[in-house]
Amino acid sequence: MAAASITVSETPLVLYVLRRADDALILGHRLSEWCGHAPMLEEDMALANMGLDLLGQARELYSYAANVEGRANDEDKFAYLRDVRQYRNLLLLEQPNGDFARTMVRQFLYSGFADLYWRAMMKSSDATLAAIAAKSEKESAYHLRHSSEWMVRLGDGTEESHRRAQAAINDLWAFTGEMFEVDRTERALIEAGVAVDPASLRPHWLSTVPGVISEATLTLPNSEWMQQGGRSGRHSEHLGHLLSELQSMQRTFPGVTW
Amino acid sequence: MVIEALRNEELRRHAWEVAAGVVDPEIPVLTIADLGVLRDVAINDGCVEIAITPTYSGCPAMNMIKLEIELALEREGFRNSKVRTVLSPAWTTDWMSENGRRKLQEYGIAPPRAASSRRALFGVDQVTCPQCGSGDTEVLSEFGSTSCKALWRCRSCREPFDYFKCH
Repeated sequence: MAAASITVSETPLVLYVLRRADDALILGHRLSEWCGHAPMLEEDMALANMGLDLLGQARELYSYAANVEGRANDEDKFAYLRDVRQYRNLLLLEQPNGDFARTMVRQFLYSGFADLYWRAMMKSSDATLAAIAAKSEKESAYHLRHSSEWMVRLGDGTEESHRRAQAAINDLWAFTGEMFEVDRTERALIEAGVAVDPASLRPHWLSTVPGVISEATLTLPNSEWMQQGGRSGRHSEHLGHLLSELQSMQRTFPGVTW
Repeated sequence: MVIEALRNEELRRHAWEVAAGVVDPEIPVLTIADLGVLRDVAINDGCVEIAITPTYSGCPAMNMIKLEIELALEREGFRNSKVRTVLSPAWTTDWMSENGRRKLQEYGIAPPRAASSRRALFGVDQVTCPQCGSGDTEVLSEFGSTSCKALWRCRSCREPFDYFKCH
Protein backbone atom coordinates (compact mmCIF):
# COMPACT_ATOMS: atom_id res chain seq x y z
CA MET A 1 0.00 0.00 0.00
CA ALA A 2 1.25 3.45 -0.84
CA ALA A 3 2.56 5.65 1.95
CA ALA A 4 0.04 8.23 3.13
CA SER A 5 0.76 11.94 3.19
CA ILE A 6 1.85 13.58 6.42
CA THR A 7 0.04 16.42 8.12
CA VAL A 8 1.97 19.60 8.80
CA SER A 9 1.13 22.16 11.45
CA GLU A 10 1.73 25.25 9.44
CA THR A 11 2.52 27.90 11.99
CA PRO A 12 3.58 31.13 10.26
CA LEU A 13 7.30 30.37 10.54
CA VAL A 14 6.94 26.73 9.45
CA LEU A 15 4.90 27.84 6.45
CA TYR A 16 7.37 30.57 5.58
CA VAL A 17 10.34 28.20 5.68
CA LEU A 18 8.50 25.46 3.76
CA ARG A 19 7.67 27.92 0.97
CA ARG A 20 11.37 28.68 0.45
CA ALA A 21 12.37 25.04 0.84
CA ASP A 22 9.80 24.01 -1.78
CA ASP A 23 11.12 26.67 -4.17
CA ALA A 24 14.61 25.25 -3.89
CA LEU A 25 13.55 21.59 -4.12
CA ILE A 26 11.22 21.99 -7.10
CA LEU A 27 13.61 24.12 -9.18
CA GLY A 28 16.49 21.84 -8.18
CA HIS A 29 14.48 18.81 -9.33
CA ARG A 30 13.61 20.47 -12.64
CA LEU A 31 17.29 21.20 -13.27
CA SER A 32 18.23 17.62 -12.41
CA GLU A 33 15.90 16.44 -15.20
CA TRP A 34 18.48 17.85 -17.64
CA CYS A 35 21.20 15.52 -16.37
CA GLY A 36 22.48 13.63 -19.42
CA HIS A 37 20.25 15.61 -21.81
CA ALA A 38 21.73 19.12 -21.95
CA PRO A 39 22.81 20.45 -25.37
CA MET A 40 26.49 20.31 -24.38
CA LEU A 41 28.61 18.71 -21.69
CA GLU A 42 29.48 22.02 -19.96
CA GLU A 43 25.81 22.87 -19.57
CA ASP A 44 24.98 19.39 -18.40
CA MET A 45 27.44 19.96 -15.53
CA ALA A 46 26.22 23.51 -14.95
CA LEU A 47 22.55 22.55 -14.66
CA ALA A 48 23.31 19.57 -12.41
CA ASN A 49 25.56 21.72 -10.23
CA MET A 50 22.95 24.43 -9.84
CA GLY A 51 20.40 21.74 -9.03
CA LEU A 52 22.75 20.43 -6.36
CA ASP A 53 23.15 23.88 -4.78
CA LEU A 54 19.37 24.19 -4.65
CA LEU A 55 18.94 20.72 -3.20
CA GLY A 56 21.44 21.64 -0.47
CA GLN A 57 19.50 24.79 0.32
CA ALA A 58 16.25 22.81 0.39
CA ARG A 59 17.68 20.30 2.87
CA GLU A 60 18.81 23.04 5.25
CA LEU A 61 15.43 24.73 5.05
CA TYR A 62 13.39 21.53 5.48
CA SER A 63 15.50 20.52 8.49
CA TYR A 64 14.91 23.91 10.03
CA ALA A 65 11.15 23.70 9.34
CA ALA A 66 11.11 20.29 11.06
CA ASN A 67 12.98 21.76 13.99
CA VAL A 68 10.56 24.67 14.35
CA GLU A 69 7.53 22.43 13.93
CA GLY A 70 8.88 20.09 16.61
CA ARG A 71 6.84 17.06 15.56
CA ALA A 72 7.83 13.79 13.94
CA ASN A 73 8.43 15.30 10.49
CA ASP A 74 11.88 15.60 8.96
CA GLU A 75 13.43 16.78 5.68
CA ASP A 76 12.61 13.52 3.86
CA LYS A 77 8.98 13.46 4.99
CA PHE A 78 8.48 17.06 3.88
CA ALA A 79 9.90 16.26 0.46
CA TYR A 80 8.46 12.80 -0.14
CA LEU A 81 5.20 12.67 1.76
CA ARG A 82 3.30 15.84 1.00
CA ASP A 83 0.78 16.00 -1.80
CA VAL A 84 0.47 18.67 -4.48
CA ARG A 85 -1.84 20.89 -2.45
CA GLN A 86 0.60 20.86 0.46
CA TYR A 87 3.44 22.19 -1.67
CA ARG A 88 4.04 25.94 -1.39
CA ASN A 89 6.53 26.73 -4.17
CA LEU A 90 6.27 29.48 -6.77
CA LEU A 91 4.41 28.41 -9.92
CA LEU A 92 7.31 29.67 -12.04
CA LEU A 93 9.62 27.00 -10.68
CA GLU A 94 7.40 24.01 -11.44
CA GLN A 95 6.96 24.97 -15.10
CA PRO A 96 8.36 22.28 -17.41
CA ASN A 97 11.91 22.68 -18.69
CA GLY A 98 10.81 22.99 -22.31
CA ASP A 99 13.82 23.76 -24.48
CA PHE A 100 17.17 25.02 -23.19
CA ALA A 101 16.14 28.67 -23.69
CA ARG A 102 13.04 28.23 -21.55
CA THR A 103 15.06 26.61 -18.75
CA MET A 104 17.55 29.49 -18.86
CA VAL A 105 14.87 32.18 -18.90
CA ARG A 106 13.18 30.55 -15.88
CA GLN A 107 16.56 30.37 -14.12
CA PHE A 108 17.38 33.97 -14.94
CA LEU A 109 14.05 35.40 -13.77
CA TYR A 110 14.24 33.47 -10.50
CA SER A 111 17.98 33.91 -9.81
CA GLY A 112 17.61 37.66 -10.27
CA PHE A 113 15.10 37.53 -7.44
CA ALA A 114 16.87 34.91 -5.29
CA ASP A 115 20.11 36.88 -5.37
CA LEU A 116 18.38 39.96 -3.92
CA TYR A 117 16.27 37.91 -1.54
CA TRP A 118 19.10 35.95 0.08
CA ARG A 119 21.30 39.01 0.39
CA ALA A 120 18.50 40.81 2.23
CA MET A 121 17.76 37.75 4.38
CA MET A 122 21.31 37.79 5.76
CA LYS A 123 19.97 40.49 8.08
CA SER A 124 17.06 38.36 9.31
CA SER A 125 16.53 38.40 13.08
CA ASP A 126 16.22 34.60 12.82
CA ALA A 127 19.80 33.31 13.21
CA THR A 128 19.23 30.07 11.27
CA LEU A 129 17.60 31.78 8.31
CA ALA A 130 20.37 34.39 8.29
CA ALA A 131 22.98 31.60 8.23
CA ILE A 132 21.22 29.76 5.38
CA ALA A 133 20.98 33.08 3.53
CA ALA A 134 24.71 33.74 3.89
CA LYS A 135 25.45 30.44 2.14
CA SER A 136 22.72 30.72 -0.47
CA GLU A 137 23.49 34.27 -1.61
CA LYS A 138 26.85 33.31 -3.07
CA GLU A 139 25.32 30.37 -4.89
CA SER A 140 22.42 32.36 -6.31
CA ALA A 141 24.81 35.13 -7.41
CA TYR A 142 26.74 32.53 -9.39
CA HIS A 143 23.50 31.17 -10.90
CA LEU A 144 22.50 34.70 -11.84
CA ARG A 145 25.79 35.39 -13.58
CA HIS A 146 25.59 32.13 -15.49
CA SER A 147 21.99 32.59 -16.61
CA SER A 148 22.51 36.29 -17.46
CA GLU A 149 25.31 35.36 -19.83
CA TRP A 150 23.06 32.80 -21.48
CA MET A 151 20.24 35.33 -21.85
CA VAL A 152 22.55 37.54 -23.92
CA ARG A 153 24.02 34.60 -25.85
CA LEU A 154 20.57 33.26 -26.75
CA GLY A 155 18.75 36.54 -27.31
CA ASP A 156 21.58 38.13 -29.28
CA GLY A 157 22.52 34.85 -30.96
CA THR A 158 20.83 33.35 -33.98
CA GLU A 159 17.33 34.01 -35.24
CA GLU A 160 16.31 30.62 -33.88
CA SER A 161 17.77 31.13 -30.38
CA HIS A 162 16.27 34.64 -30.23
CA ARG A 163 12.84 33.33 -31.18
CA ARG A 164 12.97 30.60 -28.53
CA ALA A 165 14.20 32.92 -25.76
CA GLN A 166 11.54 35.50 -26.60
CA ALA A 167 8.80 32.85 -26.59
CA ALA A 168 9.95 31.72 -23.13
CA ILE A 169 9.88 35.25 -21.73
CA ASN A 170 6.40 35.79 -23.15
CA ASP A 171 5.13 32.59 -21.51
CA LEU A 172 6.91 32.86 -18.15
CA TRP A 173 6.54 36.57 -17.44
CA ALA A 174 3.07 36.15 -15.89
CA PHE A 175 4.60 33.94 -13.18
CA THR A 176 7.06 36.58 -11.92
CA GLY A 177 4.55 38.63 -9.91
CA GLU A 178 4.18 35.83 -7.38
CA MET A 179 7.78 36.30 -6.22
CA PHE A 180 6.86 39.68 -4.74
CA GLU A 181 3.53 38.69 -3.22
CA VAL A 182 2.95 39.13 0.54
CA ASP A 183 0.08 37.54 2.47
CA ARG A 184 -1.02 38.03 6.06
CA THR A 185 1.22 35.24 7.38
CA GLU A 186 4.28 36.85 5.91
CA ARG A 187 3.32 40.36 6.91
CA ALA A 188 3.64 39.49 10.60
CA LEU A 189 7.05 37.88 10.03
CA ILE A 190 8.21 40.91 8.06
CA GLU A 191 7.21 43.18 10.93
CA ALA A 192 9.10 40.94 13.36
CA GLY A 193 12.27 41.27 11.25
CA VAL A 194 12.31 37.52 10.49
CA ALA A 195 11.32 37.90 6.85
CA VAL A 196 12.21 40.48 4.25
CA ASP A 197 9.45 42.34 2.43
CA PRO A 198 9.75 41.04 -1.14
CA ALA A 199 7.94 44.13 -2.42
CA SER A 200 10.96 46.13 -1.28
CA LEU A 201 13.14 44.05 -3.63
CA ARG A 202 11.00 44.67 -6.67
CA PRO A 203 12.40 48.10 -7.67
CA HIS A 204 15.90 46.66 -7.67
CA TRP A 205 14.78 43.58 -9.63
CA LEU A 206 13.03 45.83 -12.11
CA SER A 207 16.17 47.92 -12.51
CA THR A 208 18.45 44.97 -13.34
CA VAL A 209 16.43 42.21 -15.03
CA PRO A 210 15.04 44.33 -17.91
CA GLY A 211 18.58 45.64 -18.51
CA VAL A 212 19.87 42.16 -19.29
CA ILE A 213 16.79 41.40 -21.36
CA SER A 214 17.31 44.48 -23.51
CA GLU A 215 21.04 43.79 -23.82
CA ALA A 216 19.93 40.42 -25.14
CA THR A 217 17.82 42.31 -27.74
CA LEU A 218 14.72 40.75 -26.20
CA THR A 219 11.60 42.55 -25.02
CA LEU A 220 9.33 42.28 -22.01
CA PRO A 221 5.64 41.61 -22.59
CA ASN A 222 3.27 44.50 -21.98
CA SER A 223 0.85 42.42 -19.95
CA GLU A 224 0.61 43.31 -16.26
CA TRP A 225 -1.63 40.39 -15.34
CA MET A 226 0.08 37.96 -12.99
CA GLN A 227 -0.76 34.35 -12.13
CA GLN A 228 -0.89 33.44 -8.43
CA GLY A 229 -1.63 30.40 -6.29
CA GLY A 230 1.56 28.45 -5.58
CA ARG A 231 2.09 29.89 -2.11
CA SER A 232 -1.31 28.61 -1.01
CA GLY A 233 -1.05 25.23 -2.74
CA ARG A 234 -3.01 25.96 -5.94
CA HIS A 235 -0.65 24.65 -8.58
CA SER A 236 -0.47 24.16 -12.31
CA GLU A 237 -1.04 20.63 -13.61
CA HIS A 238 2.72 20.15 -13.95
CA LEU A 239 3.57 19.81 -10.26
CA GLY A 240 1.61 16.59 -9.76
CA HIS A 241 3.55 14.88 -12.55
CA LEU A 242 6.83 16.13 -11.11
CA LEU A 243 5.97 14.86 -7.61
CA SER A 244 4.80 11.47 -8.85
CA GLU A 245 8.33 10.93 -10.13
CA LEU A 246 10.14 12.57 -7.21
CA GLN A 247 8.12 10.63 -4.63
CA SER A 248 7.57 7.30 -6.38
CA MET A 249 10.06 5.28 -4.33
CA GLN A 250 8.92 6.50 -0.91
CA ARG A 251 5.25 6.24 -1.85
CA THR A 252 5.66 2.70 -3.19
CA PHE A 253 8.06 1.37 -0.55
CA PRO A 254 7.36 3.43 2.58
CA GLY A 255 10.50 4.18 4.56
CA VAL A 256 12.85 2.56 2.05
CA THR A 257 16.54 3.39 2.62
CA TRP A 258 19.74 2.87 0.64
CA MET B 1 39.66 19.46 38.89
CA VAL B 2 42.71 21.20 37.45
CA ILE B 3 44.21 17.91 36.39
CA GLU B 4 40.99 16.87 34.72
CA ALA B 5 40.77 20.18 32.87
CA LEU B 6 44.33 19.74 31.67
CA ARG B 7 43.63 16.22 30.58
CA ASN B 8 40.54 17.39 28.71
CA GLU B 9 42.57 20.04 26.92
CA GLU B 10 45.15 17.45 25.97
CA LEU B 11 42.45 15.13 24.67
CA ARG B 12 40.83 17.97 22.77
CA ARG B 13 44.11 18.83 21.07
CA HIS B 14 44.71 15.23 20.14
CA ALA B 15 41.16 14.91 18.77
CA TRP B 16 41.68 18.10 16.76
CA GLU B 17 44.87 16.68 15.22
CA VAL B 18 43.11 13.45 14.32
CA ALA B 19 40.13 15.23 12.74
CA ALA B 20 42.38 17.76 11.04
CA GLY B 21 44.15 14.94 9.21
CA VAL B 22 41.01 13.77 7.40
CA VAL B 23 41.25 14.54 3.68
CA ASP B 24 38.60 15.82 1.31
CA PRO B 25 37.41 12.74 -0.63
CA GLU B 26 37.19 14.77 -3.84
CA ILE B 27 40.50 16.65 -3.48
CA PRO B 28 42.64 14.15 -1.57
CA VAL B 29 45.67 16.46 -1.27
CA LEU B 30 43.74 18.79 1.03
CA THR B 31 42.84 18.05 4.62
CA ILE B 32 39.64 19.45 6.06
CA ALA B 33 41.85 21.75 8.17
CA ASP B 34 43.54 23.12 5.00
CA LEU B 35 40.10 23.70 3.51
CA GLY B 36 38.75 25.48 6.57
CA VAL B 37 35.92 22.95 6.79
CA LEU B 38 36.91 21.90 10.33
CA ARG B 39 35.50 24.54 12.66
CA ASP B 40 35.58 23.33 16.24
CA VAL B 41 36.50 20.40 18.48
CA ALA B 42 35.24 20.10 22.04
CA ILE B 43 35.15 17.39 24.69
CA ASN B 44 31.98 17.04 26.69
CA ASP B 45 31.55 14.23 29.20
CA GLY B 46 34.07 12.13 27.33
CA CYS B 47 32.34 12.68 24.01
CA VAL B 48 34.24 14.39 21.18
CA GLU B 49 32.06 16.98 19.53
CA ILE B 50 33.24 18.14 16.12
CA ALA B 51 31.79 21.00 14.09
CA ILE B 52 32.30 21.15 10.32
CA THR B 53 30.93 23.55 7.72
CA PRO B 54 30.04 22.87 4.07
CA THR B 55 31.81 24.69 1.23
CA TYR B 56 28.65 24.62 -0.89
CA SER B 57 25.12 23.96 0.40
CA GLY B 58 24.74 20.79 -1.64
CA CYS B 59 28.27 19.48 -1.29
CA PRO B 60 27.88 15.68 -1.44
CA ALA B 61 31.27 15.16 0.24
CA MET B 62 29.93 16.25 3.63
CA ASN B 63 28.47 12.86 4.56
CA MET B 64 31.70 11.14 3.57
CA ILE B 65 33.79 13.64 5.56
CA LYS B 66 31.60 13.11 8.60
CA LEU B 67 32.04 9.35 8.37
CA GLU B 68 35.80 9.65 7.86
CA ILE B 69 36.13 11.83 10.97
CA GLU B 70 34.20 9.32 13.09
CA LEU B 71 36.32 6.45 11.79
CA ALA B 72 39.60 8.32 12.33
CA LEU B 73 38.62 9.17 15.90
CA GLU B 74 37.61 5.60 16.60
CA ARG B 75 40.97 4.33 15.32
CA GLU B 76 42.64 6.62 17.85
CA GLY B 77 40.56 5.28 20.70
CA PHE B 78 37.84 7.93 20.87
CA ARG B 79 34.84 5.68 21.15
CA ASN B 80 32.28 8.37 21.53
CA SER B 81 32.06 11.15 18.94
CA LYS B 82 29.48 13.40 17.35
CA VAL B 83 29.91 15.44 14.19
CA ARG B 84 27.55 18.32 13.54
CA THR B 85 27.28 20.79 10.68
CA VAL B 86 27.37 24.53 11.31
CA LEU B 87 26.52 27.14 8.68
CA SER B 88 27.61 30.33 10.39
CA PRO B 89 29.87 32.07 9.69
CA ALA B 90 29.47 30.98 6.09
CA TRP B 91 32.47 29.33 4.48
CA THR B 92 34.35 31.38 1.92
CA THR B 93 37.58 30.65 0.09
CA ASP B 94 39.27 32.94 2.63
CA TRP B 95 38.98 30.08 5.12
CA MET B 96 41.44 28.07 3.07
CA SER B 97 44.95 28.08 4.55
CA GLU B 98 48.04 29.30 2.69
CA ASN B 99 49.35 25.78 2.92
CA GLY B 100 46.12 24.54 1.32
CA ARG B 101 46.47 27.00 -1.57
CA ARG B 102 50.03 25.87 -2.20
CA LYS B 103 49.05 22.18 -2.15
CA LEU B 104 46.18 22.82 -4.57
CA GLN B 105 48.52 24.58 -6.98
CA GLU B 106 51.01 21.70 -6.86
CA TYR B 107 48.19 19.22 -7.44
CA GLY B 108 47.23 21.05 -10.66
CA ILE B 109 44.20 22.95 -9.41
CA ALA B 110 44.39 26.75 -9.58
CA PRO B 111 43.68 28.02 -6.06
CA PRO B 112 41.00 30.66 -5.49
CA ARG B 113 42.18 34.24 -5.32
CA ALA B 114 42.73 35.40 -1.76
CA ALA B 115 40.17 38.17 -1.32
CA SER B 116 36.80 36.62 -2.08
CA SER B 117 34.03 39.11 -2.51
CA ARG B 118 31.14 39.81 -4.79
CA ARG B 119 33.57 41.82 -6.92
CA ALA B 120 35.75 38.79 -7.35
CA LEU B 121 32.65 36.77 -8.17
CA PHE B 122 31.43 39.15 -10.84
CA GLY B 123 34.71 40.74 -11.88
CA VAL B 124 36.98 39.59 -14.66
CA ASP B 125 38.86 36.59 -13.35
CA GLN B 126 42.59 36.39 -13.86
CA VAL B 127 43.67 32.87 -13.19
CA THR B 128 47.21 31.57 -13.45
CA CYS B 129 47.74 28.19 -15.09
CA PRO B 130 48.86 25.73 -12.38
CA GLN B 131 50.80 23.74 -15.00
CA CYS B 132 53.02 26.33 -16.70
CA GLY B 133 52.36 29.49 -14.69
CA SER B 134 51.06 31.52 -17.64
CA GLY B 135 48.40 34.14 -17.00
CA ASP B 136 47.00 33.70 -20.52
CA THR B 137 44.02 31.54 -19.61
CA GLU B 138 40.31 31.33 -20.43
CA VAL B 139 37.22 29.85 -18.86
CA LEU B 140 35.77 26.77 -20.55
CA SER B 141 32.93 26.11 -18.16
CA GLU B 142 31.69 27.98 -15.08
CA PHE B 143 30.93 24.64 -13.48
CA GLY B 144 33.28 21.71 -13.19
CA SER B 145 33.68 18.17 -11.90
CA THR B 146 32.65 19.12 -8.35
CA SER B 147 30.50 21.95 -6.99
CA CYS B 148 33.56 23.93 -5.84
CA LYS B 149 35.41 23.96 -9.18
CA ALA B 150 35.23 25.56 -12.63
CA LEU B 151 36.95 24.33 -15.79
CA TRP B 152 39.63 26.52 -17.42
CA ARG B 153 42.16 26.23 -20.24
CA CYS B 154 45.64 27.66 -20.64
CA ARG B 155 46.27 29.36 -23.98
CA SER B 156 50.06 28.98 -23.58
CA CYS B 157 50.45 25.28 -22.79
CA ARG B 158 47.00 24.37 -24.16
CA GLU B 159 46.24 22.24 -21.11
CA PRO B 160 42.84 22.32 -19.43
CA PHE B 161 42.81 22.69 -15.65
CA ASP B 162 40.44 22.97 -12.69
CA TYR B 163 40.02 26.27 -10.90
CA PHE B 164 38.76 26.33 -7.32
CA LYS B 165 35.87 28.82 -7.56
CA CYS B 166 36.10 32.09 -5.69
CA HIS B 167 33.24 32.18 -3.26
